[in-house]
Amino acid sequence: MKDQLLQYTLRLGDNALILGQRLGEWCGHGPILEQDIALTNIALDQLGQARLLMQYAAEQKGEGYTEDKMAFFRDVTEYHNCLMVELKNGDWGRTIARQFLFDTYNYFFYTALLSSADERLKDIAQKAIKEITYHAQWSAEWLIRLGDGTEESHRRVQESLNDLWEWTGEMFMMDEVDKAMLEAGIGVDLNRIKEQWDQKVSQIIEMATLTKPEDGWMQSGGKQGEHSEYLGYVLAEMQHLPRMHPEAEW
Amino acid sequence: MTKEMNLEERFQAYVDGENKVEPKDWMPEKYRKTLVRQISQHAHSEVVGMLPEANWITRAPSLRRKVALLAKVQDEAGHGLYLYSAAETLGADRMDLVEDLLSGKAKYSSIFNYPTPTWADIGAIGWLVDGAAIANQVMLCRTSYGPYSRAMVRICKEESFHQRQGYEILMSLAKGTPAQKKMAQEALNRWWWPSLMMFGPTDDNSPNSAQSMKWKIKRKSNDELRQEFIDKTVPQAEYLGLTVPDKNLKWNEERGHYDFGTIDWEEFYQVISGNGKCNKQRMKARQDAHNAGAWVREAANAYAEKQAARKAEEGSAA
Repeated sequence: MKDQLLQYTLRLGDNALILGQRLGEWCGHGPILEQDIALTNIALDQLGQARLLMQYAAEQKGEGYTEDKMAFFRDVTEYHNCLMVELKNGDWGRTIARQFLFDTYNYFFYTALLSSADERLKDIAQKAIKEITYHAQWSAEWLIRLGDGTEESHRRVQESLNDLWEWTGEMFMMDEVDKAMLEAGIGVDLNRIKEQWDQKVSQIIEMATLTKPEDGWMQSGGKQGEHSEYLGYVLAEMQHLPRMHPEAEW
Repeated sequence: MTKEMNLEERFQAYVDGENKVEPKDWMPEKYRKTLVRQISQHAHSEVVGMLPEANWITRAPSLRRKVALLAKVQDEAGHGLYLYSAAETLGADRMDLVEDLLSGKAKYSSIFNYPTPTWADIGAIGWLVDGAAIANQVMLCRTSYGPYSRAMVRICKEESFHQRQGYEILMSLAKGTPAQKKMAQEALNRWWWPSLMMFGPTDDNSPNSAQSMKWKIKRKSNDELRQEFIDKTVPQAEYLGLTVPDKNLKWNEERGHYDFGTIDWEEFYQVISGNGKCNKQRMKARQDAHNAGAWVREAANAYAEKQAARKAEEGSAA
């Protein structure tokens, strides 16, 4: 149970950290200043949530652990984020499509987490939900704008949705950890989140004049530590400096 | 001709009386042009200036530092926006100004053509580059053009925060491990002289300054600002236990200022003319972002037009 809560906390924290890290790559390179700022806002929120969750994970882990030790001194197989957040950003359309699929999931997830029996997760959810609500709105608006924009934007964002689809299933797969946490009243029922997500995603995709991809084979493993090739590079970049100076404080 | 002369004289008297010029006021064409050039250069500098620091967002060595750096670079983008807006009050068009940057016609602060090879450079930029920028910008809070002066007041508040943040990064390094301290010293060595160059050529080599001073766009000369910066910064370096890389640096009791060595103006002009380590890289990054974003901006415009048409249709149907 203790280990399962830790892994559950890390799954949430790693989603936030790796997505925040990926979005941080956009800073200074957005299509227009206003949107550079908007995407950076989301990155900042994700990283802020990641810190709260890493702090909680470090406390669970006990002596000598800190948020930074959790973030910078775990290797690929010790990370528990879902695979979709570690994928490359691609173009603006790809980043928006991923953000929309993830934010919508995150919105329903954190809404449910507001009733968690774990006081700490509940507190974090209360802080995060306002931010996540805004993210979900922003990325849905952008999906609609791109889908219903020009022929080119429609084509690009449709392709991105198609490519990303196989990475969405993992968010809703319930393994032992998810089941134990649900039973303890701490975690969230992913089957229910899936229904809510399906409905919302279908509605926005239709408003965007796009086509919802067919469900097919779904990739999985990230939550359990089985990652794509991308995560190693993300971590190499993120961790190199503290690992080179393990005694240092920054 | 006489009427024009009168207007110019009246304008000068107005400025001399420490009044702010507002967008709808009459102003000499050259005053307007000077300001558009200066404000847009300043805006471009904020935007290009995001790049050397953004270079470290994904590699910041702690989560706290990562969040602070990301927020800082985002502030720079915000400053760019205020400044483009201030330039637009003078009749300039933001997209034209951006085109001028991308074509190389417009300049931006040359300091951003220097690279940030180590984390300590992020501290040095905050402390020295933002410090030099603040010296200039505090003066500009009193500039004669109202919208520019008001934008500067907002920007200065945030810049002071950035400068403290940069200094704090160097403080952690300076009192850290020997490797961290070395990193800090090397960054000071890299950024000291370029920071002094940020104030521009010496007064006897700065031909446009006199008119700008007369119009109270500029309120202090390049050399005055540079001296102020040195006087303020040297004790801060001492407090860090770092050595300013100038063997001629010495307190002059009589002048009440530090004496300092000769700036390598050849380097300054080389970097301005495109030969800094990162000139090409910075321009390419801006051009790439702009080009890769073209379809996004088109889509946003097309969608906005469709929405407006739908609204109009609904309106006429009702």
